[in-house]
Amino acid sequence: MRDVAIVAFAQTRHTDHDTGLSEHELIQPVINEVKERTGLKRFGFTCSGSCDYLAGAPFSFVSALDALAAWPPISESHVEMDGAWALYEAWVRLQHGDIDSALVYGFGKSSLGDLRTIMTLQLDPYYLAPLGLDQLSYAALQAAALGAERKELDEIVRRSRADGRGNPYAFDLPDPEGDDLAVRPLRKADVPPITDGAAAIVLATGDLAGRLHPNPAWIRGIAHRTEPHYLGMRDLARSASAADAARAAGVGKGPVEVAELHAQFPHEEIILRRALELGGDTVINPSGGPLAANPVMATGLIRIGEAARRVHDGTARRAVAHAASGPCLQQNLVTVLEA
Amino acid sequence: MGNRCAVIGVGQTHYTTKRGDVSIAGLVREAALRALADAGLSFKDIDAVVIGKAPDLFEGVMMPEAYLADALGAAGKPMMRVHTAGSVGGSTALVGASLIQGGVHERVLVVAFEKQSESNATWALSTHLPFNASLVVGAGGYFAPHIREYMRKSGAPGHIGTLVAVKDRLNALKNPYAHLKIPGIDQKMVESTPMLWEPIRYLETCPSSDGACAMVLASESAVTGTPAWVHGTAMRSEPIFRAGRDTVSPQAGKDCAADVYRQAGITDPRRQIDVAEVYVPFSWYEPMWLENLGFAAEGEGWKLTESGATALDGDIPWNASGGVLSSNPIGASGLIRFAEAALQVRGMAGEHQVEGARTALGHAYGGGAQFFAMWIVGRERL
Repeated sequence: MRDVAIVAFAQTRHTDHDTGLSEHELIQPVINEVKERTGLKRFGFTCSGSCDYLAGAPFSFVSALDALAAWPPISESHVEMDGAWALYEAWVRLQHGDIDSALVYGFGKSSLGDLRTIMTLQLDPYYLAPLGLDQLSYAALQAAALGAERKELDEIVRRSRADGRGNPYAFDLPDPEGDDLAVRPLRKADVPPITDGAAAIVLATGDLAGRLHPNPAWIRGIAHRTEPHYLGMRDLARSASAADAARAAGVGKGPVEVAELHAQFPHEEIILRRALELGGDTVINPSGGPLAANPVMATGLIRIGEAARRVHDGTARRAVAHAASGPCLQQNLVTVLEA
Repeated sequence: MGNRCAVIGVGQTHYTTKRGDVSIAGLVREAALRALADAGLSFKDIDAVVIGKAPDLFEGVMMPEAYLADALGAAGKPMMRVHTAGSVGGSTALVGASLIQGGVHERVLVVAFEKQSESNATWALSTHLPFNASLVVGAGGYFAPHIREYMRKSGAPGHIGTLVAVKDRLNALKNPYAHLKIPGIDQKMVESTPMLWEPIRYLETCPSSDGACAMVLASESAVTGTPAWVHGTAMRSEPIFRAGRDTVSPQAGKDCAADVYRQAGITDPRRQIDVAEVYVPFSWYEPMWLENLGFAAEGEGWKLTESGATALDGDIPWNASGGVLSSNPIGASGLIRFAEAALQVRGMAGEHQVEGARTALGHAYGGGAQFFAMWIVGRERL
């Protein structure tokens, strides 16, 4: 495949409430930041990820285009998925060989509605959604299926929040205290914070990547897989699709120094570590991960950006990023980045 | 544009007002199975699935690719969901083709659908404050002023729209999948229908349909059956609120056409393209797109329509299938254009086949006439 690298990454200072910014006002600063950092004003391809249901109105991505200064008209597309899949689409487009740069962004404001209930609408509308199974309830089903030790889950939340406090873009959340239940066995501290935010990434090929960044984060593997939607058809304690995607992306071909995982709940991190076969020496979510900031539709893209940042600043030579979609990690995307 | 890509299978459902006999999953699976049968393949021969549809609010299912993974045989495979407003069907084909052209996969299933009977699309399309300035009621309310501006600029006589409304519905009578079948339709009948959004009358608008369309795309080494070769693909977008943009003949449409023509070696679309499937949801968009796509000079598109050149027996048939004016499951409408273009150059369009069609254009647009997706397909490898 053609060599493609991440050469710039920017994200908003995420908020836990609606600051009054529209979605295009939210993305414009991060788009401008990656444009300034690369010096690129035009890109061979642009792709974004967002979800109408967060805003409760159709076509939320349409006015986002106004934030891009998309004039003259640009070659552009959109996925109704996390921005990580927009990055995948852009990576595929760069494989054609006729363009050498791409802009990718993802954004979402989950503060506008009741995310827990909204996510119910993602389920089979005939057999699952009418049951009223909400996001925390199905996550709790998966946590129960895994049956992890409470101590291990608590430690993941504690570590994520501590790392988040060191990340200027994530929230300053205290060490978890108390045992207030959300939905058994999930505790309130196991639930990711409601977050508004956006992120942008610039991809570049070959020589251009080398000119735009002294340490490009080269994409050495990228793959995604889905699995059956119906929870009863899956072994919820495992993630077959994450394991398949990791194999296809070549995670096991070398040591993984850092892994940024799109684990919205602590039990998901355990499932994903096993699926990706990450050893004890891999640093997980040094950014704090989704438990420290979870701007839905950008969270997966931010994992790729955060992993790239470790390669950019030289703290890792090989990093892995993971993004997820669908109930109980139904769909998983894995990216391997190298210096 | 990377590796060669071909369409080797096309599947459509019969478009209709309400498919009460199938679930959403049943609807998309029906189209997918027909496309696979056309290609002589089964789900196990497919490497990846790309699905497209217009806003999720139409059916009330958020990110339905999660729910539809099982019905489309996608478990264990990569699956993507495209959404680029009304152009999404076209964009879905292009994202699927891109996976082949980029050398990532050998065979990709692309599917697009809308089950509009689940809701009222006019209200779902009426975006509202506080997120946007009101675009008035429905897509017709948004586009009617652009049509009036076209009439003013071009001096087109008022009956041109009705000609398109009649022509496309006559074509639909020859297409077994078309939604609107109106035997005996003529100009008088169109003119007798109520005015919805001046100058758009009831029979000058598209219907609201349930339906799905699917295609199997293949790399050169994975072709089965009769291929339609992809000669060019392009997408273009421009901002909806940019002051001074030409909403009658958008620059993004012109640029997209220029890009796809360059790839396909087309310098004179009127002569070199044998049949075009173009997104015409309101009758007047035929003359408008004739100009935007370079089939006629600026201000001259309506004359081409009036001359009968775009009829099935004309020298450049547009929407031989009956087009969006006859079948409109919104999210699928673009993919249907792309699929019908492929059927024509494969010689498999049946009663609405344009004889000897070797090169065809598939076109879709969306948003405030700001998102464009196009491809050129041909009988021969380029």
